[in-house]
Order: sequence, then structure tokens, then C-alpha cells
Amino acid sequence: MNRRRTTFRGGSPLVYAVAVLVLAVTVGPVLYAVMGGFRSNEQLASDPVGLPDPWVLSNYADVLASAAFWNYTFNSVMVAVITTAVVVVFGVMAAYPLARYRFRGREQLYLVFVLGLLFPLTVAIIPLFLMVRDLGLTNTWWGVALPQAAFALPMTIVILRPFLQALPVELEEAAQLDGASRIGFFWRVLIPLSGPGMVTVGVLAFVTSWNAYLLPLLMLQGGMRTLPLGVADFSTQYSADTAGVLAFTSLAMIPALVFFLAMEKRIVSGLQGAVKG
Amino acid sequence: MAAATTVRGGARTGAPRRVPRPVRPQWRTRAEIAFFITPALVLFALFVVVPVIQAARYSVFAWNGLGPLENFVGFENYTRALGDPVFISAISHNLTIVVLSILIQLPLGLLIALLLNRDLWGRTAMRVIIFIPYVLAEVVAGVVWAMLLQPRGPVNAILEAVGLGEATQLWLADPGIVMVTVMVVLTWKYLGLAIILFLAGLQGVPEDLYEAAQLDGASWWQVQRKITVPLLGPTIRTWGFLSMIGSLQLFDMVWILTGGGPADSSITMAIYMIQQGTERSLYGYASAVAVILFGISFVLAVLYQVFVLRRDTRDAVPDKPRRRR
Repeated sequence: MNRRRTTFRGGSPLVYAVAVLVLAVTVGPVLYAVMGGFRSNEQLASDPVGLPDPWVLSNYADVLASAAFWNYTFNSVMVAVITTAVVVVFGVMAAYPLARYRFRGREQLYLVFVLGLLFPLTVAIIPLFLMVRDLGLTNTWWGVALPQAAFALPMTIVILRPFLQALPVELEEAAQLDGASRIGFFWRVLIPLSGPGMVTVGVLAFVTSWNAYLLPLLMLQGGMRTLPLGVADFSTQYSADTAGVLAFTSLAMIPALVFFLAMEKRIVSGLQGAVKG
Repeated sequence: MAAATTVRGGARTGAPRRVPRPVRPQWRTRAEIAFFITPALVLFALFVVVPVIQAARYSVFAWNGLGPLENFVGFENYTRALGDPVFISAISHNLTIVVLSILIQLPLGLLIALLLNRDLWGRTAMRVIIFIPYVLAEVVAGVVWAMLLQPRGPVNAILEAVGLGEATQLWLADPGIVMVTVMVVLTWKYLGLAIILFLAGLQGVPEDLYEAAQLDGASWWQVQRKITVPLLGPTIRTWGFLSMIGSLQLFDMVWILTGGGPADSSITMAIYMIQQGTERSLYGYASAVAVILFGISFVLAVLYQVFVLRRDTRDAVPDKPRRRR
């Protein structure tokens, strides 16, 4: 990102003061959770906002040693990976003819997907629950991943189509002269060139799936549950063990935060793309 | 990958000799289009279109989700839902959240974005940190805030420590205060998104405008009010749309914080739907609630489109003609 140089450069103390206040309010709850995980319940009860004294490692150690935590994490990873793979592959395949073929009904077909943006998953949750049950997919990764991928398709296609349209026609002509079929062109030229667009939609789908709660809540039980369900269950089951809950929740935050830090630019540019729409 | 190879092989037998400028047969183009678009279309039809239609169908039956659909009740589910004071209060909570989210986050987000849109020390780090709440799952944020807001939790402790002991509350247990609490937590969760999007929009404001305005002797405040904010219009309007749709669907955060309580004082439409549907197995009734939820979202989306977003399309440059043969 290029650093813009405005004539209103630098900041006055007031601006820095506002910035510090905003940052403090933003990270406060996160820090509270992480630090709280290093304290004992007695420490938390006697002084809710203090620093760990002494530092207690057992809360985190207990969570990391529990099979349940890793099981939740594994399920979350699998659901998110399947969702992302399906939506990226199907999305880019569908976006290709919608962007680069001319055929009757193309715009109408595109409109069908665009209208999908108006139907959030929440509206369809009841029939989805019944349908996944009838398909025998309840309590499987696929039962969550396929509906999630389907509801992520509209946004994916809306972001990818202009992206594919922007690639120069000359590329396609050159490939054709070299004897490549349209499908060969798709695999050998288009896919590599549309990498950045695919990463963007993939990251958005992954984060949405990773954080999803309502659909997994209805579909998954017992050992199939994902991390957000695990966090919610743990916090009700062990509500007296505040430090344990904070440790569990903090550890559940880490994958999302690491992924976010690595992919920050992609997430922001994807959301910007959605806004420009 | 395997599928692509098969099709390529099949295509080769279909057109054994290549002429210098191949004329693509009609059937082949159609087959290609079908090959690319069918997977997405099937997935979309199966998991989006069918369930949405099913919701409308179930909504006119009394049905427990098992047996056959035979107890047709017409619009009774709808009249019952709209006559239930709990559902009406759920609708009013959602609408309150729609309005307050925009009224709180727009000025606050704009102000912070304008202040941060300069060469501050640590600017990149600031942006990353501001965005963190948005990336966390609502569930994770909800669990942490539920801890923070306990009667003897940190929020009350801090209030007492700074001499505001009288402001301490039963944040999640007092029906009169719980919606305020929900709004505070939602603001914490989603303000970062507004700030980041506004900051990104500010990158698009041409430099020359600032210089010209400065030469004319405009103050910082005048420049923001007369130049920056109007040029940010499209970003703000689309952000407002996203915020509105999100507020109407709200479930996770409130479910974790309060479960809709105490005594339904923070219930939302989605929570009401889940309580009636999966918890009480009133699937026909819950489907009617889903259709009403969709109807309200749709009407508001159309109104927003007509009264707010229209300005964008009016100003927009028409699409360039597609460069395809």
C-alpha cells in the first residue's frame, strides 16, 4: 500500500491521545482474556483487573493437554478447509464462463447468483437443518461445509467475475493460436493469473467458516463440534472456573488471529471489493 | 483435474483436425459452459434455492419436522407470529439495533478514520489492532464480554476504581439495561470494520484536492467536511447496507451474552426463530418467522436501494462494453 502524503502530516498530541484510547478499548478485552488465563480463580476474584501474580501456567497447560480442545480445532480446520476448497473451485469455474463466454442468458444466470446475496443463511436455516438431516449428513463435516460453501458462492462469484473480465483478451487469443482449448486455457493461463482473486475469496470463506456458530450449532454434536461450539460449551460447563474459560477462549482466538495477521491485506481488500461491489 | 483431462480428451476426438483458425462448434461451447457452471449451479440450487422455497412452503403448515406435511393452516402461522408480543419485541430490538448501529458507528468510525488518516507513528500496527475484534468469532467475543460484564467483573471494578461506583450495573441481568449492553459490545465488535473501510475509502481521495483546498486557505475541519466526507459517500452508503443486513440477522453474539433474556428483553428475530424451531420443533411456525425475517430484510434492502444507494448508480459511469467476440 502506498503511503499517502497529505499536507496535514503527522499528529498532534490530541490525535495520539485519541488513537491510544481507541487502541486501549479495542485490545482491552482481548488482553483481559489472555492475561486472565495466566491467573488463578482466586486472583481473578480478589482483583478482576490485575496482572498475573504469580503467573499461573496450569490453565493453558490443562487446555492444551485436553483431547477435546484439539478435537474441536481439528473439526474447525476440516470444515473450513472443505468449505474453502469447494467455494473456490466451484466459484472460479462458474465465474469463468460468466466473465469470458458470450451466450444467451448469461446476465440472467449471473443475476441468479447475485440475488443469492439477499438470502442469508439464517433465513434458510430451518429447512437446511431438515434437509441435511434427510440427506444423512447431520453430524458430518460435509453437512456444515456444503451449505456454507453454497451461501458463500454469490459473494465469491461477484468478486471473481470482474477479476476474470479484467484479464486481457489477447492472452486468450494467443493461447488459442498455440492450440490450447478453452478448457486448457482455463487451467494453464486463467487459474495461475487469477491467484490473487482466489486467495481473497478463499480467505473470506475460511474466516467466515472458522467463526460460524449457528449452522454448526444445529448440525454438529458430541465429538464433531467445532471450536466456537467448544468455546460456548466450555464456558457454560465450567462457568465457575473463570480462569479456565479465559485460557480456553484465548487459545481458541489464536488460530483466527494468526491467520488474520498473515492475511490482513487480503481480508481488507476482499471486504473493500465487496463494498465497491 | 481428472475431469478436465477427460473433457479435453473428448473434445479432441470431436474435432480431429485443426484448421488454422478453428471455428468452434456450437455444441462444444455449450458443453464447456455447462462443464464450468454446473457444479456451482447444483450446489447453489440444492443448498440455497431449495431451502428458501421450502421455508416458504413449510410456513403454511403446522409441522413438527417429522411426519408428512398435511396439516395445512394457511396464514395462521404468520398471524400468530405477528400477534405474539415476544416476536414483536424481537422485531423492534432488531430495528433498534439497525438504527443505533449506524447512528453510533458512522460518526464515531468517521471521526476516528479521519484522525488516523495521516502519517502517524505506528499507523500500520494501529490498523491491524483496530481490526482485531472484527476477525474474532462473535462467540469468542461474546464469552469474553460475558466475563467482563459479570456483576463482580472487571467492568464494574474499573467503574468503581475511577469513582463511578454508581454507574455499575447488572449489565446482562437487568432487563432495562441489557440492550444498552448489547449495543456497547456490538460497537466494540464492528466499529473496527467501519474504520478500516473508511480508511480504505480515504485512500481514494485525490491528493490534488487537498492541496488546492489548502492553497485556498481551508482549515483541516473544512477540508474534511467539504471534500473528504462527500467523496467517501459511496463507501459509507455501502457500509451502511452491510451493517443493516448484519443487524437484522443478529444471532451469535446475543445468544452467547444473554440467550435473548432476561425475560426476552434482548431477544432478536433469529433467536426467536431458533427457539421456536429446533428447540420446540415447531418447524412450520419457525419457517413463517424466517419468511417474515426475510421479508423485513428484503423491504429494508429495497428501500435502502431506492433512497440511499440510488445516488451511486446515478453517478456511476456506465459499464464498458465487453470485449468478447
